Amino acid sequence: MKLKGSQILLEMLKEEKVDLIFGYPGGAVLDIYDQLYKSKIKHILVRHEQGAVHAADGYARATGRVGVCLVTSGPGATNTVTGIATANMDSIPIVVFTGQVPTTLIGNDAFQESDITGITRPCTKHNFLVRSVEELAATIKEAFHIARSGRPGPVLVDLPKNVMAAETEFDPANIKIRNYDVTHKPVPKKLSQVFEMLSHAKRPLLMTGGGVILGRAAGELTELARKYQIPVTGTLMGLGSFPGTDPLWLGMLGMHGTYHANMAVSHCDLLIAVGVRFDDRVTGTIETFAPNAQIVQIDIDPSSINRNVVVELPIIGETKATLNDLLHFLAEHKYAPDKSARKEWLAEIEQWKEKVPLTYCQNGEIIKPQYVIEMLHKVTNGDVIVTTEVGQNQMWTAQFFKFDKPNSFITSGGLGTMGYGLPAAIGVKCAFPDKNVVDIAGDGSIQMNIQELATAAQYNIAVKVVLLNNGFLGMVRQWQELFYEKRYSHTDMTYAPDFVKLAEAFGIIGMRITKPADVEKALRDAFAVDKPVLMDFRVSREECVYPMVRPGESLSEMDLGTREMIN
Amino acid sequence: MEKKEHIISILVYNKPDVLARIAGTLGGKGYNIESLSVNTTTQYEISKIVMTSIGNQATISRIENQLQRLVDVISVDDLTNVESVHREMVLVRLDLTEDKKDQIKKAVDDNQWKVIKSGEHYVILEITGDKAQIDLAMARLEPLGIADITRTGLVALELKN
Ligand SMILES: Cc1ncc(C[n+]2csc(CCOP(=O)(O)OP(=O)(O)O)c2C)c(N)n1
Ligand SMILES: [Mg+2]
Repeated sequence: MKLKGSQILLEMLKEEKVDLIFGYPGGAVLDIYDQLYKSKIKHILVRHEQGAVHAADGYARATGRVGVCLVTSGPGATNTVTGIATANMDSIPIVVFTGQVPTTLIGNDAFQESDITGITRPCTKHNFLVRSVEELAATIKEAFHIARSGRPGPVLVDLPKNVMAAETEFDPANIKIRNYDVTHKPVPKKLSQVFEMLSHAKRPLLMTGGGVILGRAAGELTELARKYQIPVTGTLMGLGSFPGTDPLWLGMLGMHGTYHANMAVSHCDLLIAVGVRFDDRVTGTIETFAPNAQIVQIDIDPSSINRNVVVELPIIGETKATLNDLLHFLAEHKYAPDKSARKEWLAEIEQWKEKVPLTYCQNGEIIKPQYVIEMLHKVTNGDVIVTTEVGQNQMWTAQFFKFDKPNSFITSGGLGTMGYGLPAAIGVKCAFPDKNVVDIAGDGSIQMNIQELATAAQYNIAVKVVLLNNGFLGMVRQWQELFYEKRYSHTDMTYAPDFVKLAEAFGIIGMRITKPADVEKALRDAFAVDKPVLMDFRVSREECVYPMVRPGESLSEMDLGTREMIN
Repeated sequence: MEKKEHIISILVYNKPDVLARIAGTLGGKGYNIESLSVNTTTQYEISKIVMTSIGNQATISRIENQLQRLVDVISVDDLTNVESVHREMVLVRLDLTEDKKDQIKKAVDDNQWKVIKSGEHYVILEITGDKAQIDLAMARLEPLGIADITRTGLVALELKN
């Protein structure tokens, strides 16, 4: 069967079971859009290409499937870069199709030409420029395979206009791609080493990260922890991989981690880290990270091992398969924790938790942002998929919302991209129309991709924006308060649109909430309607995120904030 | 840990931008490439890149891991600790000025350097050898006044796979 390049693209999307893409048209992709017009594949028209990538990324994080977007050449392509870099830092499987000028014009500085494969080389897992229609089908198949296999990541496929118009024979049953062999099997010797270490450990601790969610290993990790009563802490990306309401859960570790999680890391004698890469926000000063512990690190990617923290026992392998093997090995060899030692260890952690609980003070007439987050949990019973923007809103969400399930907390961890939350929430809601989806936002961040409210309105994608409006670029202001003697250089955001009117102008519902007593009702009202809603919560302006490990300090030396904050 | 020169042999798929990927990956992560040579292999679709980099074992392992992540990289081997032979080539032009002329001719004879082209006013030499041999030749060439020089990167081959 002879097909045009543009038809082959859509056929291949069908082959990959893609039923939804996020995109924005332009000259170089007119042929593809013409095919889409006749196709069953659903296309969501975003308002900025960055939004398309974040939406595809949110879709991927919530479903575990590959997210797809389509944009035009030149500025359309360059607008995707922040989105791609965001996905790359968090290892999210997406495929980005970009239009390109005809192959005969490449290199000529043609109208709307950009070397997008060159630009995105350092921030993609891999990318392709398709030079002829004959290689198109195999390239697309390869792109999807690369995006989802091994350690996942974004793949960009650049499609010159003439390649889309050219014809070739298409036979989906006969597409050959290179054989990628990426799976490693853990060796029994290493499992017996873990067994030995666990048998000797008096204060073991599990640390879970994004690799557990990406590797679908949350069940195995949870079993390991519960069966052998090992307490668990996690990175920002690991939230949801172990139930946040389980007594063994210590909360997040690191810069804004809980006191007891950081103390546990600092005092444990065995740290089993799964699917983490020991980012500097997590470790504090590297020299004093987990100073008393032997560290076991399980990760699919050898480059994550011994990069920041030197570990005693690296195990390279898929998190799910490795944890499964470990569970079997421990059961077979009848591992049983030393009961009294374990009891002592858990009691010690409990003492830290009682000494410095995660708390805030909701008194008076001003809404505390943490209170809104707790109320959100109450109103939804935690049955909600949460995206965030970046800044204090993100850290408070990580601290105060108890995530019980994987793929339910969706945030830009590695790159920290403001403007991520709203389009990501749109992507999530498209994947799960029947689920509650909330973007917990800051007033600064929301303005970075606010145009996507139009997308939500057009398709009635009923996301709820919980705007924690403090009138500041709050996280930056916090650092200015703590480290720059309150010189609030360019962080005051008081000059802002009226968000309620703005929401209404976009055709969605806007609400303003100024009193603590109105918070719960507002949330209930918002979830009662099947429409996008923006809730403008006017919150305490100079609230800080505590506790905090100051940059350059150890995890065990946390700044707990003022008495008033933690009383 | 001791810093030393490591010879890394990389098999890659012969794609148009594979060199850019490798150079970009290492440059972007702050690793240094001392020398680089790209060779074809007996298979058209596969190329071999030999690069040298100075660092301690941990740094070199990180380089290997980073390269291994690239989709077009087939294998990465540190040849420093396996039995292998190494060669570099240097082309040098010496100008036969009045004051150096005799000295140069004598040195070429004494060292049995290979002259690949010569004229009334110049001589061009081809010198191949391992690093020690090249360094020795360079030390002897220096006083003769090097007019121009070009050097290949190092190439290496294992005694067995
Ligand atoms: C695109 C981008 N630009 C700048 C920053 C730096 N930055 C990190 S947090 C932050 C403030 C965010 O303000 P807001 O969205 O109001 O959140 P808040 O901290 O007040 O909750 C800024 C500017 C960033 N992370 N991303
Ligand atoms: Mg703010």
